[in-house]
Parts: sequence; structure tokens; C-alpha cells
Amino acid sequence: MMNSLIPIFVILPLATAFLIMILGKFIKGFQKVITPLVLLFLTVLSFYCLLNNHSNSFTYTIGGWEPINNIPIAIHLVMDGFTLILLVIISLIGFLASFYSISYIAKFTSENNFYALLCLMITGMNGVVLSGDLFNLFVFLEIAVIASYALVAFGTEKNELEASFKYQILGGIASFIILFAIALIYWRTKTLNIADISVLLLTTEQNTFDVFVQILLISGFGLKAAMIPFHAWLPDAHSSAPSPISAMLSGVLIKAVGIYVIIRLFFNMFIASEEISILIITLGTLSMVIGVLLAIGQWDIKRLLAYHSISQMGYVILSVGIGLLLMARGTKPTVAALAIAGGLFHMVNHAVFKGLLFLNAGAIEHRINTRNLKEMGGLSQEMPATSATSLVASMSISGIPPFNGFFSKLIIIIAAVQAKFYLLAFLAVFVSIITLASFMKFQRYAFFNKKEYNTNQKIKEVPFPMIFSMAIMGILCLVFSLLAFPDIRDQILGPAVDVLMNAGQYTQTIIGM
Amino acid sequence: MIVYILCFILFLVGLYGLITRRNLIKIVISLSIMEFSVFLFLVIIGYIDSGIAPIVDLKETNQIYVDPLPQAMVLTAIVIGLATTAMLLAIAIRLYRKYKTFDIREINNLRG
Repeated sequence: MMNSLIPIFVILPLATAFLIMILGKFIKGFQKVITPLVLLFLTVLSFYCLLNNHSNSFTYTIGGWEPINNIPIAIHLVMDGFTLILLVIISLIGFLASFYSISYIAKFTSENNFYALLCLMITGMNGVVLSGDLFNLFVFLEIAVIASYALVAFGTEKNELEASFKYQILGGIASFIILFAIALIYWRTKTLNIADISVLLLTTEQNTFDVFVQILLISGFGLKAAMIPFHAWLPDAHSSAPSPISAMLSGVLIKAVGIYVIIRLFFNMFIASEEISILIITLGTLSMVIGVLLAIGQWDIKRLLAYHSISQMGYVILSVGIGLLLMARGTKPTVAALAIAGGLFHMVNHAVFKGLLFLNAGAIEHRINTRNLKEMGGLSQEMPATSATSLVASMSISGIPPFNGFFSKLIIIIAAVQAKFYLLAFLAVFVSIITLASFMKFQRYAFFNKKEYNTNQKIKEVPFPMIFSMAIMGILCLVFSLLAFPDIRDQILGPAVDVLMNAGQYTQTIIGM
Repeated sequence: MIVYILCFILFLVGLYGLITRRNLIKIVISLSIMEFSVFLFLVIIGYIDSGIAPIVDLKETNQIYVDPLPQAMVLTAIVIGLATTAMLLAIAIRLYRKYKTFDIREINNLRG
């Protein structure tokens, strides 16, 4: 039964995008109703699958082509524990962002295009996380990023267009590198199925060709995930997009098309090697430290948040890299599992609190039309809901208990100490302190200082749909800290960690040999 | 071997243009050239010596066919490349309307 549910995650948002373009012109308000409804349905469906998934993987073969002589010829969609976590956060943040957009996007023209592009972006991301085939993954990735190029330029002012052009050039280079790497993999293995490639790589000896391909893939998907040497496009693109889209880009897109693919390919396709793991750890550490240092001097709220995204993604990459290194060495499997679980936990948490922070920034911009921190102040009186939720998110991102960010950072630091990477553990604590300082500045200048803005009419709180989305995310910041309990963590994140730790099991469920 | 080298030269032409040109339209063209070098590479790796088009003839048993899968991939990739190029050109035209220039040195609002 579960197997036949898989295509719904791709088909439903795709159909919605086309329906909006066709029917949206004739039925007033159609796009506003259908998008949140469809995404709410997907959220419920993915939660249902997550709770009923007991370490099983489900596969769906497109067209029903059976393997011939144990060689899979069909395109597979695979749904396992790791995919489900991503599906939940994509649909959840997508639903809240689209509900928030009902009030926010009213000031723009062509609402139909906005909702249709949002649905297309979600189609692409769901496809990327479900695909079990390298080339199919590339196609879905392009669907997601082309929709995001258009959404970044949605304001069509000078800054938006410039940011979108920059994003597209760097995204184009990334796509080129990824396609080249896929071509090289096809050249070597004559197959595109991830599980099949993994079997072939296990039976042949690793050589420089493989290392070259791995480095190409790291740089390609690293560009999509904006890890530090490749980060130039992210602050521009994420700060220029409309706020609900910034929440989607920062909260979900860089994870689904960047981090997810890196983790999936390096755990389940390639054989873990020590050099590559050290490279991944280095990239993670660089992103974590340099991202936060670049964030300190920012006065534009959305730019500040965008730089913090780079830094927080550094935590995820660092933690997962430690897990990969320990697996490559074949020592301490429990610590490796803890490190991977910590990374995935932080990824989920980051989606929630960074999404919330971007929605807060959007609410402020909606009311006083500026993003400059120096021109705000005293908003806690006029906008109590925005102020309260942003305080929750700020405490969460800077790691203050009892919010979720504290627990995931704690797990990452414990894992780093147990793996005897004392320097990395120290850096993680250090970055967390700077993050706290940076968000204290944000809180003080935006909500607590004396008024710096000048408008004639009185500032009101934002409309209900915006408050609703922000409040739900604020509650989720608290609820997700429940994942810190080992029992609940094993229930939710356990299947994902199992999939990543046992590459053999992943191939077995797909090829069935 | 010579085809691989030519393919690599095509890539270098694209990369050179991407780095040195200042005009938005020329940057888009350079990116397209780079993309086409990888499409060409995909077609080349599917080629088998003295192979013919992969339309299976059951009477001819020892006929060699070229690998059809990279060709299907290239068709898809070309369509994707078309979409990105169209998107880039649309943004370039919008930028021209705002700034009245295609020169990338004068389009520099975003910094830091």
C-alpha cells in the first residue's frame, strides 16, 4: 500500500502548478486556497508515512519494468527513513510558507505565477529526495532550481534581478559540473541506478578516477548547498527573494538539493574513504566559522540571516562528516551513529527556526518597508506576536535550552568530543557564542531600542495568516526538542541513520539481491 | 582520442568567455558553450566503434549498435539547458531595462 503512495509526492504538486495556471485566471482566489490545502495534505501524508515506517524502505518502479538478470532497468523512486525526514520538512515548511503568503504576496501582481512556481519548486525537491536514479535526480534538481531562479527575481527590481542573474550563472556552473560527474560515472559503470553503481563500485578497486568524480560531485552540490568557498550567491539570492520564498530557500532548498544529495551519495553510493571525509569535515568547519564571521557585520536583516544559514549548514556537514570518517576508519560505530543523528536533527531544526526567522523578517518588512536594522526599533510594543516568535527562534538558533537548537548542537558537540575532535568541538561552541551575540544585536535593534523609523500611521500587527504560520513554527521549535530523548530520537531519526550506516541494506531493497 | 580533446577545447572556450567577458549576453553565450561541451561528451561516451543507430533488427544477429541511453540523456539535458538559457536571457533583458546597460561592471548594487 505504502509503495503506491510514493508517486503522489511528485504528481500532486506538479498537477497543482498546472491547474493554477489554467483555472486561476477564471476562479478568483483559487490559487490561495488550493496551494496550502495540497501542501497540508502532503504534510499529513508524509507524517503518516514517517510514523508508520519501521525501518522499512519502499520502492516504486516507474513503468513497472522488472530487473533483467538482476540489472535494474526501470527508474526507481525510493522512500526510506532519510527521505521521509526531508519529505516532512519540505511539505511542512512549504505549507506554512504558502499560508503566510496569502497576506504577504497580495502586494505583488501575478499571484498565479507565484503559487505555480512554489508548487513546481516543491515538485522538484520531492523528486530529488525520492529519486533512486542519478540522472532523474539531476532533472528534478533542475526543476527545483529553475523555479527558484524565477522566484528570486519575483520582485523585478534592480537588486532582485541582479541577485537572480548571479544565482543563475553560479547555478548553471554547478549544474554543468554535476552533469559532467554523472557522465563520468556512466562512462565507468554503464548504469545510472544509485544502488547498482554502489554494487559495481564495491566489486572494483577504487582509483584516482573515482576520487576525481567524488570531488566534482562535492563541488557541484557544494555550490548548490552554498558551502564556504562556493557561497557567493547565497546572501544575495536569499535576501532578495520574497520572504516566504527566502524561508523555503534557506529552510529547505539548500538542504534538499545540496546537503541531502551529498549525504546520500557519499554514504550509500561511494565507499567511504578517509581523504574525502576529511575534505567534507574541512568544508563544514570552514562554512561554520567563516559564515558566522561574515554575518557579524551585516545590518540588513535578511542578509544577516542568510549568512547564518551558511554557518548552520556547516554544523550539519561537519557532524555528518565526522560520522563518515568514523565509518571509513571502521571504529566506534555508536559514535558515528550519534554524529549522523546529530547532523540530521540539526538539519530538521534549522528548517524550522530559520524558516521562522525569515517569516519574522518578512513581517517587519511588510509593516515598515525596510530591512535595515538601524531604521527599526521598538517594534515589540506594536508587533507582540512577531516579537515573541522571533525571540523563540533567536534563542533556538543560538542554542539556548529548552529550544531545539540547543539539543542538536549539544549532540553534535558530544559526538565530536567522543570522536576525539576536541578542536572541532571547541569551534562549534565558539561559533554558537558568536551566533548568540549576533542575534542579541538583531533582537535589540529590531524590537527593543527606541524608534528609528518614521511613518505617519500607527504600526499594526500583521494579519492572521502570517501570525498563524509564525506561531506554529514557534511551537514546533519547542516540540522538536522532544527529539533529544533517546527513545523518540530512535523512533524518528533511527531509520534514517540505519539507512546511512548500512549501504548494503539500501542496495538490497532496491535491486533485491 | 582527438574528439575528447576537441570537446575539452570547447569547454575551455566557454570557460574563457565566462571569465573574461563583461557583457551579460556574452556571458550567457559562454555558459551555453560550456554546457554544450558536456552534452558532446555524453554523446561521445555512448559511441561504439563502427556501431549504427540503435534500432534493433532481429535478422542481423552480430550487428553492433551505439549506446542509446546517453542520447536520451542528452535530449533531456538540452531541453533543460534551453530552459536555463531562456530564463537567463529574460533576466538580462529586464536588467537592461533597469540599468540601461549590459555591462556587468555597472550592475553592482549588491555587495558584502
